[in-house]
Amino acid sequence: MASSFLSSGIIQPLPLRSPDKPQTLFDHLKTTSTFLGSTSKLRSVSLSKPNLPNPHRRSTVVAVSDVLKEKKTKSAASSSQLLITREEGLELYEDMVLGRAFEDMCAQMYYRGKMFGFVHLYNGQEAVSTGFIKLLKKEDCVVSTYRDHVHALSKGVPARAVMSELFGKATGCCRGQGGSMHMFSKEHNVLGGFAFIGEGIPVATGAAFTSKYKREVLKEDCDEVTLAFFGDGTCNNGQFFECLNMASLWKLPIVFVVENNLWAIGMSHLRATSDPEIWKKGPAFGMPGFHVDGMDVLKVREVAKEAIQRARRGEGPTLVECETYRFRGHSLADPDELRDPAEKAHYAARDPLTALKKYIFDNKLASEAELKAIEKKIDEVVEESVEFADASPPPPRSQLLENVFADPKGFGIGPDGSYRCEDPKFTEGTAHV
Amino acid sequence: MWGTMRQRVSYLALNRTRPVVYASRSYASGPKQMTVREALNTAIDEEMSADPKVFLMGEEVGEYQGAYKISKGLLDKYGPGRVIDTPITEAGFAGIGVGAAYHGLKPIIEFMTFNFSLQAIDHIINSAAKSNYMSAGQISVPIVFRGPNGAAAGVGAQHSQCFAAWYGACPGLKVLVPYSSEDARGLLKAAIRDPDPVVFLENELLYGQSFPVSEEALDSSFSLPIGKAKIEREGKDVTIVTYARMVDYSLQAAEILAKEGISAEVINLRSIRPLDRSAINASVRKTSRLVTVEEGFPQHGVGAEICMSVIEESFDSLDAPVERIAGADIPMPYAANLERMALPQIDDIIRAAKRTCYRSAPKAAAA
Repeated sequence: MASSFLSSGIIQPLPLRSPDKPQTLFDHLKTTSTFLGSTSKLRSVSLSKPNLPNPHRRSTVVAVSDVLKEKKTKSAASSSQLLITREEGLELYEDMVLGRAFEDMCAQMYYRGKMFGFVHLYNGQEAVSTGFIKLLKKEDCVVSTYRDHVHALSKGVPARAVMSELFGKATGCCRGQGGSMHMFSKEHNVLGGFAFIGEGIPVATGAAFTSKYKREVLKEDCDEVTLAFFGDGTCNNGQFFECLNMASLWKLPIVFVVENNLWAIGMSHLRATSDPEIWKKGPAFGMPGFHVDGMDVLKVREVAKEAIQRARRGEGPTLVECETYRFRGHSLADPDELRDPAEKAHYAARDPLTALKKYIFDNKLASEAELKAIEKKIDEVVEESVEFADASPPPPRSQLLENVFADPKGFGIGPDGSYRCEDPKFTEGTAHV
Repeated sequence: MWGTMRQRVSYLALNRTRPVVYASRSYASGPKQMTVREALNTAIDEEMSADPKVFLMGEEVGEYQGAYKISKGLLDKYGPGRVIDTPITEAGFAGIGVGAAYHGLKPIIEFMTFNFSLQAIDHIINSAAKSNYMSAGQISVPIVFRGPNGAAAGVGAQHSQCFAAWYGACPGLKVLVPYSSEDARGLLKAAIRDPDPVVFLENELLYGQSFPVSEEALDSSFSLPIGKAKIEREGKDVTIVTYARMVDYSLQAAEILAKEGISAEVINLRSIRPLDRSAINASVRKTSRLVTVEEGFPQHGVGAEICMSVIEESFDSLDAPVERIAGADIPMPYAANLERMALPQIDDIIRAAKRTCYRSAPKAAAA
């Protein structure tokens, strides 16, 4: 079968799960300390490659992991070794709690019928969003997929605007016209929100292209960086590779962030990918590839700092693979039957919120009471956003035809020979189109 | 200035269209002749010169001077920062163009032919056309997708499809189909200045054709309004609605019909979306007869939409059933004689016009 083509047995054809047999996939996971993430494995793979386009870059990959390992093993008592300050710690914690509380509220609202359609929740992956986006400036851009609520929240879109959008109300960030999968915010430079996987990657590459164009052609002082978030399934898509090529070719200021949560709906990453180590695809195109534990916000933040600064300096793109996990199903309609409960338990034990909380306590950055106060504040924010969304009106009929074009003359000329959009009834939404 | 643009090199060996000269046409007051290629080149040049945010991206647009030489000279003038040769990655660079447009630039994305746009159609429709709506007006996409569309000469099935109907069906897009050099100049300039995504369907066989252009059209601020059709020839007996290369055939058919006593009005649509229904219907109310002519496939074609529009709005004015002429419902064959049979010819237009005037035998089995 398929195994005859594969070396090293990393990928086994998976039997369908039966109650008495543990799933092969997870057995494999048990044999290594972290899935694909042990630095020894990283080191051996990286150095064994003879034809590196830039060997210097490869050593950076190992170096960062080494630095982190050192930081972790050293005594946490000495504050000079701390990865974050107290303020940063509280900021990160608050952002992750907001992401978690918001998504939990979304699930509640969905089952109560206030939210509908496709809703994809981010529980468990907060470390990636917070770790990366909290390092950005307002002018930097974020492009995401359909699992975009928390990216929008981390970037600064108010919770009430996102909640209203999910309820389909006129006060939503896209006036109810986008929905869960299409969060856009010009003010906060959130450029979507795309339903098609892989669609956001070229758009993000384009935003990075704009940044470079502004600097080199328009001679503006521009060092904006773009982050493209996408999943493991997307890494098999053609557009991903096209953009790795062009971003590296033109040295665009972009960071490709892979949120490898091991599952694309019910398709395990190992069943879909010939070489499951996604970070290796970066060096193939001439950019560094990092792998990082995406359940640990501090590790993510360290790697993110390096990648974002690289882009800001004009040194080009980076591919960062974050090993993470989604605690809920692919969407709220997904019964989530294919994933092994043991696997879920394994990752639940590595909940990024608990990990950060522990770090904060261990290093005496804040007290229990302060963290509880943050949680309470966030609960209030989320409750208030639900009330706001509930109280908001649905979009009026006249909104149906608005915003199709930036220049509404695109609706053409009406029967009376003048442009349709000039007819007052058109904007009232009662004209026939 | 224009002298440098006039090149006498023939780029394509096969060029089967007859040169068209209309010395007495009223739309050109000046004697200046310009090929469609020059018209497009000067339009892009002037818009790039006027706005530094405009850039051109596509395969072979830079060092090769353009696969059909439309972007000749632009790399030298504007540099590789603004005239960008891409790898063969339509999905990738169309998406990059959309992302750049989201963030404030004004890209012109060239597809070597619109057949290749199918690899990028996700971006044209899902991330360009729909974004202004999905973001409730926050993100507008001032992008132009341009390139040759429709049949050329002997290029086979995968290089000959007309996409006017496909893109014309999509809300959020503007779809333009120039015919003459003046159309090409005016509409491309309007497209580049437009804040919405525009699909600009050119025609390879028209690139080398020369048309007279008025003094007004030579001005760098010239542009044509999007959504207004042009009456190329006035008439009173039958309305022929068409676009792009078929305008040429329709005008020739009109000449022949005139000798037989049928005065045909030829409308050059210039714009598929928005469709100038008002002009079409006004004309049909005048003539009472309609023939639509297009190169593309018949089912769900542009002609189908025009006929329906006329039935909806001017049914009482019609004296005869509406006629639509389209390409054959087959993938384009390669052999020259089969290709000729697969595309509308002047005779087909004449026969259809006569049918509406009840001047011919009943319809034979159409291809």
